[in-house]
Amino acid sequence: MAMVIDILSWILLTAGGVFVFIGGLGALRMPNLYTRMHAASLTDTMAAVLIIGGIMLQAGLSLATIKLAAILLFLLLTSPTASNALASAAILSGLQPKEGKVEPREQQE
Amino acid sequence: MIILFSVFLLALLVITALAIVRSESLFTAVILSGIFSLLMAANFFLLDAADVALTEAAIGAGISTVLFLGALALTGEQERSGSTSRLLALGVVTVTTLIVIYATFDKPRLGDPDAPVHQHVGPWYLEKTPELIDIPNAVTAVLASFRGYDTLGEVFVVFTAGIGVLFLLSAGIARRPEDVPPADKPGQGLRHYLVPRVVGRMLIPFIFLFGLYVQFHGDYGPGGGFQAGAIVAAAVILYALLEGEGEALRALPMHVLKWLVAGGALLYGAVGVAGMLLGSNFLDYSVLASDPIAGQHIGIILIELGVGITVTGVLLCVFHAFAARGKV
Repeated sequence: MAMVIDILSWILLTAGGVFVFIGGLGALRMPNLYTRMHAASLTDTMAAVLIIGGIMLQAGLSLATIKLAAILLFLLLTSPTASNALASAAILSGLQPKEGKVEPREQQE
Repeated sequence: MIILFSVFLLALLVITALAIVRSESLFTAVILSGIFSLLMAANFFLLDAADVALTEAAIGAGISTVLFLGALALTGEQERSGSTSRLLALGVVTVTTLIVIYATFDKPRLGDPDAPVHQHVGPWYLEKTPELIDIPNAVTAVLASFRGYDTLGEVFVVFTAGIGVLFLLSAGIARRPEDVPPADKPGQGLRHYLVPRVVGRMLIPFIFLFGLYVQFHGDYGPGGGFQAGAIVAAAVILYALLEGEGEALRALPMHVLKWLVAGGALLYGAVGVAGMLLGSNFLDYSVLASDPIAGQHIGIILIELGVGITVTGVLLCVFHAFAARGKV
């Protein structure tokens, strides 16, 4: 059983590492801000879930797992928010995506 | 394995430092210096210095980035082309680097038990902490009790720095909520951006809770007043960014902040004087309760609280002082 959990956790960790790598590659190679953000958000969400999941399996049932779950929860709340704020700021400063026009929404109630 | 990680992180540090020097845009430089601090925190953590890592992450990567951005809002975003001689700077840096490299030849190996730092008072602190103070985190025992004078000095450094910034940017002193332009204008806070506002509001109570945890858990794990002060200040700054600075000033007016700045340092000093009045030395907490160890616990909690209050007050005063200045 311990063996299975260990293997599972390493699969998760490796997959997370692969997603971080792809995200980094995309952030370097994509042509403009919006596509780069799309690539980088892979690191924020998918990779974070996989890596923290892997570490949680390593930690077993302990206080550390609860802390990791809290970290994951806050990460899943804050990273998309940061991406949203970044994209809003880019639109507000007048950066247009390659296709389709976006009007800055100043009064977004 | 640790060595491999360390080399990797240190290489990243050097690359980040070079990128900071090379970048013309000050905004990029500020963000890069935040990354530098975060890498430094990871480095400290690898060296088992969790308390220092927490401080570096909270203050270096968090608050100082915000303060730098506040300063950038007052000045320009582009570096002015240098008028000073680059050759002179290069010469000074080269000589300093050579001296530092030469000095490292005498440095003991990493983790060497015979190193002077492990031979001096360090072992005594580690040996006596369970007996005299009885808290699990020896770092807090050294910082708050054995070397309480040093920490008192640090608090007064923070206090003096805060006063100095307030004097330099004296517009901030008379800052009242009414002075801030009304929040329904665009550009005041993030009122019109639904997602950051909702998530930010949801997070602020948890940031406060975490700040209190770090503040009062310092005896048992990494943490203490310095880190907690930065975290609490970060929560208030987040509130100011979301709702506009006026709302933050309405919640914590400038005169309250000034009381916090002075009050924390005074609380620390008062604990020391209380020790004297009870017939012992300045900053000796053993006499605060009938049991010396309980007295130590009370003293450490109180002075950590003083540190936290002063750090929160100073950081928020500096933030408001920056925000109060119009564009130069």
